[in-house]
Formats: sequence, structure tokens, C-alpha cells
Amino acid sequence: MSKGLLRLNVNHRTEQYAVADNALLLDVLRDTLGLTGTKQGCDGGECGACTVLVDDQPRLACLTLAATCEGRRIETIEHLAAHGRMSRLQRAFHESLGTQCGFCTPGMVMASEALLRRVPQPSEAQIREALAGNLCRCTGYVKIVESVQAAAGASA
Amino acid sequence: MRHEGSADVCAGRGADKAAGVGVRTPLIDGVDKVTGRARYTADLPLGPALVGRILRSPVAHGLIRAIDTTAARALPGVRAVITGEDFTAPYGVIPIAQNEWPLARDKVRYRGEPLLAVAAIDEATAEAALRAVQLDIEPLPAYFTADEARAEDAVLLHDYKAGNIERRVDQEFGDVYAGMAAADLVLERRTTYAEVAHGQIELNAAVASWEPEAERLTTHSVTQVPYYLHLTLAQVLGLDASRIRVVKPFVGGGFGHRVEPLNFEMVTAALARAAGGTVAMQQTREEAFLTHRGRPATDIRLKIGMTRRGEITAVDAEVVQRGGAYGGYGLVTILYAGALLHALYRVGAVRYQGFRVYTNLPPCGAMRGHGAVDVRHAFESLLDEMAGRLGLDPFAVRRANLIDAPYRTLNDLQVNSYGIPACLDWVEQASGWAARRGKLPPAGGLRRGLGVACSHYVSGSAKPVHWSGEPHAVINLKLDFDGGITILTGASDIGQGSSTLLTQVVAEVLMLPLARIRVVATDSALTPKDNGSYSSRVSFMVGNAALRAAEELKRVLVAAAARKLEVSPGEIDWAGECCAVIGTDKSLNFAQVVEAALVDSGTLTVKGVWSTPKETQGGKFRGAAVGSTAGFSYAAQVVEVSVDEDTGVVKVEKVWVAHDCGFAINPLAVEGQVQGAVWMGMGQALSEETQHHEGLPLRPNFLDYRIPTIAESPPIEVKLIESMDPLGPFGAKEASEGALHGFPPALTNAIFDAIGIRLHELPATPDRVLEAVQQRRREQRLQARRAAAPAAAAAAAAEAE
Repeated sequence: MSKGLLRLNVNHRTEQYAVADNALLLDVLRDTLGLTGTKQGCDGGECGACTVLVDDQPRLACLTLAATCEGRRIETIEHLAAHGRMSRLQRAFHESLGTQCGFCTPGMVMASEALLRRVPQPSEAQIREALAGNLCRCTGYVKIVESVQAAAGASA
Repeated sequence: MRHEGSADVCAGRGADKAAGVGVRTPLIDGVDKVTGRARYTADLPLGPALVGRILRSPVAHGLIRAIDTTAARALPGVRAVITGEDFTAPYGVIPIAQNEWPLARDKVRYRGEPLLAVAAIDEATAEAALRAVQLDIEPLPAYFTADEARAEDAVLLHDYKAGNIERRVDQEFGDVYAGMAAADLVLERRTTYAEVAHGQIELNAAVASWEPEAERLTTHSVTQVPYYLHLTLAQVLGLDASRIRVVKPFVGGGFGHRVEPLNFEMVTAALARAAGGTVAMQQTREEAFLTHRGRPATDIRLKIGMTRRGEITAVDAEVVQRGGAYGGYGLVTILYAGALLHALYRVGAVRYQGFRVYTNLPPCGAMRGHGAVDVRHAFESLLDEMAGRLGLDPFAVRRANLIDAPYRTLNDLQVNSYGIPACLDWVEQASGWAARRGKLPPAGGLRRGLGVACSHYVSGSAKPVHWSGEPHAVINLKLDFDGGITILTGASDIGQGSSTLLTQVVAEVLMLPLARIRVVATDSALTPKDNGSYSSRVSFMVGNAALRAAEELKRVLVAAAARKLEVSPGEIDWAGECCAVIGTDKSLNFAQVVEAALVDSGTLTVKGVWSTPKETQGGKFRGAAVGSTAGFSYAAQVVEVSVDEDTGVVKVEKVWVAHDCGFAINPLAVEGQVQGAVWMGMGQALSEETQHHEGLPLRPNFLDYRIPTIAESPPIEVKLIESMDPLGPFGAKEASEGALHGFPPALTNAIFDAIGIRLHELPATPDRVLEAVQQRRREQRLQARRAAAPAAAAAAAAEAE
């Protein structure tokens, strides 16, 4: 597979990367940029652990060709905390135990971030709908719902 | 538990408890997890590393005639090709049942069994090498059900295992015949349970580095049991254990998948040695399903005798588990099914027969609730049905069989604390049972119902599988010039929050803020040996060791403070960040105490150990150790469902669960564990099942293997019951497993309340529920026809006259 130069805007930094034409966004983030916060939990599109934001929309990085993201804003979990302060969602997932083993957490937080940007005060049903593509095997989701609600409440 | 500071410098301490035990405490590594900073095995920075890949058997059972690796080895970029011949010994987590090779030798016994592995410079080369391998395997008859494998003429999977029975268990306690004879009602049922898998979200991965000059191996892996992995690596690689280092980074869940050393971990290490460098192995989701070690497909025949007051006079059970191709934890699983079948209640007599059967499928193993989940469903369902026959409330029939702690069960298990009565009271009240059970009106075309069940589980096995005479748990605490306390532990935090719990325990005893304490965990070069995270042992056992280590450090620090202040240790009022001489204003801050303590001794390292008392280690009969524990947890739950009789869809509306965790060291984490356990029981009960066709897995992904999503998961209200166990640290017991077992029976009992049908096969998928509904309609039609037939005949006869 031939390589090409790709201009990507990741976490508000635009740089050129030499990657294979068929490279997945997930592999570029993890292997080329070293952003290992984005996780892979399945063989493609099953679990949601690799959810990142592309132009504010949740996207599965494992099913997204990096080349389709040129000129778009990519955001990963590493970007949410700024200047040593966790985002409201990160703080809520931490304090309300929305995370146990933590492996689904980056995807869960990014999918929640997309929701709160679109719907700042979501209903419980809206939270459940927005996160239905993100599997968690630890929490039973109870404290994940509470975490998103806490974050939404904190921003109110 | 705080002491009031007696001097001004200590004033204000102890008023508001902000840290220590009993406080809702976010995980100490939670910030790493929510910021993406936590590094799991696949995230580790490696430097130059080769890619490892495994070639798997295309047949379910066969003799390996030849494996031709010539072409694979000749490919540019291939650095190592290994087969079963590259290992020196087989392995198996149970010392007496080691019959598995990391890569198959002589025979393959399931489709997908690892056969060969390569290390190459990149993925494409590694995969090309696998394609270049020529296999010559002579197929043998293969068996995919326990019945087929047990047939008289079946070919044996393993030598000396007649009838393909890995383990047969025959136990009888008390006089079952007399018990049944004394009963007012005897009922027998057969139930069937699908095989389920752990489904931890993190993919399997391992990184191994071999230093050829020093002949040393370092392995990072996703294991729950770094110590067992360490032992096994030494055994299968023929290495001295002192040349091995095993490190567990962050682990993305386990649930039992990783409680035994797994083939890919050994293969990665062998590849690293063969290639003379570092090999990274990242596996697919399909490979996780092939590695398996999940809960076996199980058939149960259960007979219970009961008086009209609901007292259980006798229990007679037969359990058959389809174990898969290798032993793994299998013999423990089949023993657990017997040990925890009845020990929740006072029962008159018990007969248990268990059969663990080898089949040509991926090997089963330990999964959360190990061995006891399916039997709990059979038992609690039958209790419910018998209660109905006797006109008793399901709560009443359970209350008729409660025990009084301390108590010795029929099978010699020691019960020191027993919170079931309080658990039952709470779920009965919180669910509005009396007013709602059997009385919920249909809503929106859906039938609704409530069901209850109880459950229990061990707080660690009282005898570990490698019985060495060592303590069950060891903790080191290090204190140095910086005033920081380092907890050195081999306990594997896999998300359950064990590192946080240990920190709370140490903070409580020393009355210090959490920030002064750090945890260094699970690195065999640094931390004391620990048996790992399985059978819910960590809170109880390692918690007890941490408690003792902290007490020892406190004793050393108080002595140092006393020396410095020129008084006796008994005169020191210890308040953590400061201490004072009672009744005076003489005091020291923590830094001064540390300085005093390090004089002459230098860096302090103290130790705490803990072992299970002898009387908790079970009886004398064969297999008696399994089920024995120093402390049983207990739970009761009520499940509310709605059932659509037109589609067979069952929806869980709400769960009320009370869990007797002894004492909640971290109530926040305990709640999370209980919710997760209940919910995992829900997945097994509602939608999860593996499926194979001629040994080929049909659902080796998260689309076909249906783990519940957030959209179909109910609210789970948790009540923590604190029975204060006499042996648990601060009274604490297990919290991660015991609430799982009760969900499946509470669900099917609720389905009965909703539609009057008892399901005898799990999971309760729409097709099974619909089939049961239609079967009842067929039976009702048939009955109506039979009732109408004599009447019609009589009418015809009358007309003829």
C-alpha cells in the first residue's frame, strides 16, 4: 500500500503525516500520533471504544479512513482536559464512578461530549440513546447515566 | 475510629472524615482512566518490536501429521516461527490437571486451537507467513455436546479420561432418601443453560522482551493473575523463575477470562525468546472468543423435598457441564456447582452428582460467579415453583430455611456472618412486593411481573489452587525520606478498585490523607507475590494484609515519636499528620515523626500478612476445599419485568438488590460492583450465548454475541447490608460476584409472575419466550378440544337415540 501525506487537524493542531492511503483513523491516532487514549475493543464497529469527535460528531475511528478526515476537526480524549483541569464530563465520570476498568471510558466520554454539545440538558432517554453504541462490561451503565447527568447539571 | 487530637497542632483532625474506610472514594487511578492517560498493554511504548501472530486449527479434532514451516521461515522479515515443540512442558491452572500446550502438540482438540506462531517485522509479513504454512491434520470424530462426547463409542479427547469425563463428583450429606420421604411436596425439574463469555472490552494483548545476553524475560500482559502467569512461563519455557519478570499494566476488565495463564501470553514469550527481541501480540475479538474460558453450557436435573411450611428436607441434583477441550479450571467449576448449590440455606440432606465433560470446543473456565450461577437459577426457580404449589409467598419459603451464624453447612463450610434476612427485608419493602406481586396490571399491551431470588458467594477461596503453605496475602509498606508511603502489592486491580481499597485501609489505620499514599502494584520485580484477582479474594485477604501492614507501620512510627518526645509509646496520641503526648502540648508533625523513625534504620519497609483460619478451609472429603471461604457474601434481589406475549420480548424495568458486603470499605465502588454483577447476570439471562456449528463459533463478535447496551439496561437500586464479618477487614466481605447469581432466577420468577410460564432454558431470548407462549396456547387448545370431545360424543349419542 502506498503512502501519502495527509494534513490532519487533531486536537487543534494541524500537521502533515505520512500514512498509508488505506490507514484507519484509529491507527493513525494511536500509532502515528501516539494518542493511545483512543481504544480498540473489537474487530470493527462493534463496541464504540474508539469513539472520537470529527467536526463535533461522534465517529468510530476504527471504521473511519484517516484520509476522509482531511480539513476536519478531530478531537480525542487527550484533548478534553485543559491546563490540568478535567472537563466536566471527565470529572463526573471520575467522581460518580462512571469508569471501572476504564477501557470503554474514552469512547464513552467522547460520545457523551458529542451529546452535551448538541443537547446541553439531555433527558435520561436521550443519554441512553446517544450511548447505545458504546459497550461497557463493568458498570451496568447505571453510574454512566449518573455521570452524564452530573456533568450536564454541573454546566447548567 | 478517629482519636481527638489533644494538642492545638492536632486540633480539627477527625471532625470530618474525608478519607479512610467507609467513605465514598473515587478510584485513585480514575483520573488516568478518564483522561486517556492510563496505559493498557496495547498502549505501552515499545521501541522496536516485532509483531506476533498465531495460526489456528481449521479442524475441531485431529491428529497433527505434519506442519511444514519451510516457506514461512523463508519469507523476508520473518524473525521466528514456533510450534508446540518449542515448549518444554504442558500447562494448566490446576496442578493436577495440566494437559494443554501453548501451541498444540500431536493433536488438535478444538477449531481455533493455536498451532503455530510467527514473529515478523510487520503485520503483513506475519500474516503472509501464516498463509505460507502447510498443515497436514488427520481428522478425528469431534463432539460438540456433552451427550455426544459421553457416548460409549466416542473417541477420547485425552488419554485416561474414560467417557471423556474430566471429573465426576459424587457427594452425599445426610439421608436424602429419608429427607424426600419426610417431605410434603417433592418436585423435580430439568433446566438448560447456554454457554456464555466474559466479554471484557479490552482485547487480549501481551508484550514480551527477551534479553539474549542475560537470558531474561520481561512480559507485560492483560492478566488477572500475574503470579500464576510467572510460574507458568517458567514451566512451559523451561526457564528459572528468577529470570522472569511479569508486569500487569492497566487491565481492561477480566471477569475470569484472565484468571488462568492463557496460551497467547506463553506464545508471545516464546516468540520473543526465539526472535531474540521484543514481540507485541495484539489479538482480535474473535480470538478472545476462541481463547474463551467462559461459563460452560450446563444441564441440570434438580429435585427438592419440602414440608408444607416450606422447609427444605432434601436436595438431589445432577449437573452436566460441557467443558470444552481442556481442563482449565474445570474441575473447580464442577465442584463449585455442588458446593454452592444449597449452602445458602439450612437444608436436611443433599446428594450432588457432577459431570465435567470434554468436548471439541474452546475450553471453558472460570467466569464471574464461578460454577454457582446456573445451579442458583435451578434452585431458586424450583423454590419459587414449590412455594406456589404450597400456597406460600416466595419470601416466606426462603425465610423458612434461613440459618443462624455462626453455622456449619452440611458440606462443612463455615458461615460467620449472614445478612440474608436483612437483604430480604429490604428488597421486599423497596419493591413494594406485598402490594404489587401478582397484582401488576398489564400496561400498553405488556404483561408485568415481579420475581425474587437470593444468592451468595465466597470472599476468596480458603485454599488457593497452588497450596504452598505461604500466607494468602502479603503487603509491603515502604516509607522513606519523602514522607510518602508506598503500598507494594501484587493484587491485580482490573477495574474493581482494589488499589483504592488498599489505600483507604492504610489511610484509615495511619489516619493519613490518601494523597500521602501511593500504590505500586503487580510487578514481580518489585511487589510481593499475590495469588491475583479471582474468587473475590482481594478485599478480604489483601485488605486484611494491608490492615496488618499499616498497624505495624503505625507501631514503628508511634515508637519513633515516643523516643523523640522522650515518653512511652502508650503516651502518644496518634492523629496521622501530627501526634502529641497525651495531656501536654508536646507534639510532632508527620515529617518530624518520619525523620525520627528513619534515624539509624533508614528506609522503612514493613510487612503485613494474612491467612485463612483453619476452620474456614472446608471439610475432609474429596473436593471439600472448593467453596470454602473465610467469609460468604449474601444478596437478595427483586426484578420487575414486562413481557410482550406477541413478540416474546422481555424487558427488565427495574432491579432492587441488597448485598451483604459485611462492611463497605468504599461504598461507591461496592455499589458499582453490585450493579455490574446484577447487570452481567442480566446479560446471561436475557441475551448472551455463544453458538457453534461443527465447532465453528457463530457469534465471535459483539454484534452476534449480545451484551446488553445502555438502551436496554434497567435502573439498579442498591442497598448495602453491613453484617460486620468477624474475620473481614473492618468487617468487609466480597462485593463483586455474589449479586450476579440471583438475577437469572429473579428474572424467570418475574416472567412467571407476568405470564404464568416457567422458562427452563436460558437465555430468555424472544424466540424461546415466544415458543413457550405458543406451546402453552397449543396445550390450551388441545385441552379445550379434549374437554369438548366427550361432550360432542354424548350429544351425538343422544341424537342417535
